Amino acid sequence: MNIKMPKWFYQLASPKWSYDIMGMLMPWFGLAALLLLVTGIVWGLMFAPPDYQQGNSYRIIYIHVPSAILAQSCFMLMAVAGIIGMVWKMKVAHIVAKSAAPIGASMTIIALSTGAIWGKPTWGAWWVWDARLTSMLILLFLYLGIIALYSAFSNKASGDQAASILTLVGVVNIPIIKYSVEWWNTLHQPASFTLTKKPAMPPEMWVPLLIMVLGYYCFFAYVLMARTRIELLEREHKSGWVTALLTDTP
Amino acid sequence: MNFLNAAIKRELLLALRNRSEIINPLAFFLLVITLFPLAVSPEAKVLANIAPGIIWVAALLATLLSMDSLFKNDYDDGSLEQIVVSPQSLALLALGKVISHWLSTGFLLALLSPVLAVMLFLPSEAMPALVGSLLIGTPTLSLIGAIGAALTVGLRKGGVLISLLVLPLYIPVLIFGAATVQAGALNLPISGHLALLGAMMVFTLLLAPFAIAAALKLSIRN
Repeated sequence: MNIKMPKWFYQLASPKWSYDIMGMLMPWFGLAALLLLVTGIVWGLMFAPPDYQQGNSYRIIYIHVPSAILAQSCFMLMAVAGIIGMVWKMKVAHIVAKSAAPIGASMTIIALSTGAIWGKPTWGAWWVWDARLTSMLILLFLYLGIIALYSAFSNKASGDQAASILTLVGVVNIPIIKYSVEWWNTLHQPASFTLTKKPAMPPEMWVPLLIMVLGYYCFFAYVLMARTRIELLEREHKSGWVTALLTDTP
Repeated sequence: MNFLNAAIKRELLLALRNRSEIINPLAFFLLVITLFPLAVSPEAKVLANIAPGIIWVAALLATLLSMDSLFKNDYDDGSLEQIVVSPQSLALLALGKVISHWLSTGFLLALLSPVLAVMLFLPSEAMPALVGSLLIGTPTLSLIGAIGAALTVGLRKGGVLISLLVLPLYIPVLIFGAATVQAGALNLPISGHLALLGAMMVFTLLLAPFAIAAALKLSIRN
């Protein structure tokens, strides 16, 4: 493959470089996540106007929608990282994908459980076998399968590749989730945000939601980098830079 | 093409020589179906309602059950390694294996299904939908299952893991497969459902062999 990639892309292949750069970026993402999440949650829960139909119960949207978005984004990230890891034989990419899997699974669980709590007052049932809900449940199973596959291999490099293959196969589920609310006539409402259309909500409602989504992304980046750094240290514990790092720190 | 033919022939011959591998999934299929009238209700009305779902779930589980051994023997006796290092295309071999696997499970399940449908009081109008959906849907199940089998062939505890990996991916096929039979039972048009099942089959037929080949290669290296 003769595609010329930018220099930082190749630098990512070095575990030490990635470890350092992530250590540098992490506090910024953590700070941004803290500010955005606190602003978004206070604004959304206390100052945003109540819905004319659902009253105050709609406010769970400020948790539900960002986690659902993250659950899908995380899977896409794992798929991209899997491709990079397989094409360019980049160990760090596989480690990122592996570190992302449990975060994505947790986001899916949060999205499903807040959806259930929201469904009770609005639909009158904790769970309906609706296309969007079912496809999110499948996403959760896919995450669990990928996590199980990582841990099934004693050789970590093989586990990485196996999980990447499974992730790429599972990616077909993402468009199904995305468009389930448009293809099928379902109980679940259509997407809250799209790039092309104005949201169906008034700005007082969607601005805090947007802040929450951004906050979730920053939080995700923060946790992902923290997990990746630990995994990097674990995998590279025999290499020189880790030894130097661990002996230098007082 | 010759290689594909040879691969299919070899697998079918192996299956014929070891008949229990063909009969076990079919017996399992029958047994699972038998459990439902005993557990739910032997009433014709109830059974006719749930028959499409039961038959599809049972066919899916029977396919899954037989998946585990797809690459196991070749992996254990080392012939898989020889095939991987040979100049022949691994994806083509994988395809051959899946085709012969389907001929010895999915195809036979589809042929057997009308008998079970009668036992479950499924209206006779639904028979073409049942056999058709199984004929078009089970190849997809075999192809997806083979990816899971190839990923787990080198692992000691692959049995439970393969169901965890493969079942979520089976769900779309199950939804449309069972929906076809339900539509057939209500005398509604089924061609749309069959077309969707067919599209899924073509899609997996194009991509799955490469995923299987990649998975086999890494299983050999492990």
